[in-house]
Order: sequence, then C-alpha cells, then structure tokens
Amino acid sequence: MSSVLYDVPGPKARRVSLIASIVGALLILGLLAWIVMTLAQQGIFEARRWQIFTRADVWRLLGNGLGSTLSAAALAAVIAFPLGLLLCLLRISDAAAIRVPMRVILEFLRGMPVVLMMLFILLGFGTSAFIAVVAGLVLYNAAVFAEIIRAGIQSLPRGQREAGLAIGLTSYKSRMLIELPQAIRRMMPSLVAQMVVLLKDTSLGYIVAYGELLRAVQVMADFLGTQYLFPIFFVAAAIYIAINISVSRLAVWIERRGSKKAAGGTAKAEPDVLEAAAP
Amino acid sequence: MDVIIENLPLYWNGFLRTLFLSAVSGIFALILGTLLAAARVSPVAALRGFSTVYVEVLRNTPLTIAFFFAAVVLPRIGVKFEQFEIAAIIALSTYTAAFIAEAVRSGVNSVPVGQAEAARSIGMKFGQVLSLIILPQALRTVIPPLINILIALVKNSSVAGAFFVLELFGYGRQMANANGDAVIAVLLGTAFFYLLLTVPLGILANTVERKVAIAR
Repeated sequence: MSSVLYDVPGPKARRVSLIASIVGALLILGLLAWIVMTLAQQGIFEARRWQIFTRADVWRLLGNGLGSTLSAAALAAVIAFPLGLLLCLLRISDAAAIRVPMRVILEFLRGMPVVLMMLFILLGFGTSAFIAVVAGLVLYNAAVFAEIIRAGIQSLPRGQREAGLAIGLTSYKSRMLIELPQAIRRMMPSLVAQMVVLLKDTSLGYIVAYGELLRAVQVMADFLGTQYLFPIFFVAAAIYIAINISVSRLAVWIERRGSKKAAGGTAKAEPDVLEAAAP
Repeated sequence: MDVIIENLPLYWNGFLRTLFLSAVSGIFALILGTLLAAARVSPVAALRGFSTVYVEVLRNTPLTIAFFFAAVVLPRIGVKFEQFEIAAIIALSTYTAAFIAEAVRSGVNSVPVGQAEAARSIGMKFGQVLSLIILPQALRTVIPPLINILIALVKNSSVAGAFFVLELFGYGRQMANANGDAVIAVLLGTAFFYLLLTVPLGILANTVERKVAIAR
C-alpha cells in the first residue's frame, strides 16, 4: 500500500529522501547519544554496576521471577480458554434466560480493569497473590475469548448452522461440530494476540505483590542498593519484551499461514475484534 | 453500602482524576499515534524504520514496565517530576500511541488503492494525498477500534494507582485498606465508577460502527 501513496521516486526525490533519511537518522542518533550521555553522567555505565550480572544469585532471582510470570500466564491461559468457550456457548444460547444475564456478566468483566479484579480477589477472598493473579487473568481473558469466538461464529455464513440443523443435528451439536471448529480457526490470530495480552498483563501481579519478574527487580534493587536498579530493570525489561515479541511473531506467522491456506477465502479476522483484543 | 455513601467524595475525586488522566493521555496518544502512522507509510526510510521499531517495542512492553520506567527509573536517573501524574501521562500516552498507530495504519491500508492513485494522477504530492484523501477516509473507518483503544486506556489508567497517583484505583485500594470489613463493597463501588466510563464508551463504539460503516 505504501508504494501507492507516492510516485516512484525520481533522482531528485531520491536525493531528498536520502538526505531526509540521513537527517532523521542523525536526529535519532543525537537523541540516543543525549540519553546515553545523561545516563553516563549518572554513572550508569560504570562497570561495577553491571558486575552484579556475574553473580549467579542475581540470575537465579531473575529466573525465579520469570518462572513465576510464565507459570501464572500458562495456568491462566489453560483455564481461560475452555472457560471462554463455555461462556461463549452460554452467550449465544437459544434461551434468552441464559443469553441476557450472560451478556451483562461479560460486559461487566470486560469493562473492569484487570488489576482491580486481582485486588478484589486478593482482599475480598483472602487468597494468595498467585491465585489472585491467575483468577483475575482468567476472568478477564475468558470474557474476551468468549467475545472473540462469538464474533468468529457470527462471521460464518448462516448456511452453516442451517445446514447443520437441516441434517438433524441438535443446536448444541451444530455449534460443537460445525460452527466452533470453523470459528476458532478463523479467529486464531486474535486468540493468539489475546494470549500476548494475557502474558503482558501478568506484570500487573507486581501491583498485588505477586513475586513476578518486575517484583524481583524491585526486591533486588531494595536489597542490593538502588544504584543497581537501572541495570537490573534494563535486563528484566529486555527479557519481557523479547518474550512478547516472539509470541507476537508467532501470531503473525499463524495469520499468514491461515490466510495462505484459505486462499481466496476470508481467513482474516474482523478488524475491530483484532483491535479490541490488542491493548 | 454505607461505606460507599460515606466515601462518595473520595470516589468522585478518584473518578475525576481517572477521567483527567484518560482524557489528557488519550489526546496525546491520538496525536502521537497518527504521526507515527503517517511516518510508517512515508517515503523517508528513517521515519519508517523509527515508527516500526517504536510500535513493535511499545506494543510488546507490559504497561507495568512502562509505568515502572516512568515513575521509578526516570526519577532515579535524573528526570524529576513535580507530580507523578506527569509520569503516568507519559507512560499511558506513549504506550497507547503504539496501538493507535497500528489502528490508523490498518485504516490507511483499508482505503482502496484507486483513491491514492486518483489523487496522485491529478498531481497531488505525498503530504496532500495523505492529509486530504487517505487519512480522512482512514480515520473514519478506524473510529470504532480507536474507541476500543480508548476504553482500554481508561482501564489501563488504573495502573497509575499503583504508582503514586491517587485516581479511582488508588483511592479504591486506600479505602479497601481503611475499611477491612467492607472490602467487597468498596471495590464493587470502584468497579461501578469504571463501568460508568467504559460501558457508555462501548455502546458509543457499537453505534458509531453501525453509523460510519461505509458501503464499498
């Protein structure tokens, strides 16, 4: 698309673009240099500050934090997905008595900040921080999964369900055998994108004092001295971002593969659903 | 229930602070995000590269990390804030801008190729094509996803409560600690005020989506 927006650059435009590129790159480099200089003035780059990474226990603590992050995310994802499926089936149930209350509950769950739910479970039910984090993530993400799958089912041609009912399947069987498999496949990119959100939201555990990666940073900085805060934070943030980028890449790869398979078909998710799942 | 009524002024303060944080960060994020999206499709390679890296990194940064950086790490390395609201606004708007940039870019991609070709064929330059032809159409199609991003922003502003800003979540936590016997009521009250913002926005998104849907 981007190439459609402007003409194929001629010699003059190429020169202007090259100059603009160089100026832009210099500006960005200048900004980076300024940041590095400011940090250097604070003594961030002194070797002794980074020497803590030669200590095994620092890595062990970071590893523990990462382990807590990943285990909470994994457990939450494993519970949230089936629960989301169930909520989705209830949400599109033929009986209004089930459908309408479900709709209200899902709106409620989706409209609340995840961290508030975590705090609610932590204080309201007096659970451990781990359970509060997992339960908060499960409730919110199950509601989002339910909405994504529902959007997937609604994007199917109506004939699918009609055909299922016509050959004598019950409503439930038609959902399970005909509609859900297609809907989940269609919504795979959104579902994986939501997994990234779930992984990112694990960091909210920091606020309810769950010992995840960021809390490990805080604990180490308190224990070793605040001069180590920046190096440890830097490494932890890099770990977090690297993991998230890898999972996001996986989502993009799945989307590409899906759209290749359904060549000519519309394997792309509804754009608004993708966006709703995004932040 | 009494707890909620007694603390209504606190809830109201928190609600206004949340509204303020969301509105200011939302405006900054919309401006920054649109600029990033424009940079992403521009002919200048350096701008494209910068925008791509920015969006990729910020989108994959947990919000708590962004807040921790703005509110804890920045002051330690010499950037002092008078108020922590500023740190919260920086974290929220830089984070949200990445999502807005992605949404606007997908909107730009949804404008039919013929529109840009027609604009170029009558002699418009890149800036004109983008600002007069493409963006007005693109923004229109991305209004519903943008509202969804703003809903997420309102909910995300709750993280500020954990970083020294007294907004709805911050007050909620404070009140929950002060009223140990009525935690559930206090937090349900907090939830209610969040829903007061997010549910109408959600309804608005749905309505607008139906209204602006362009038949192509």
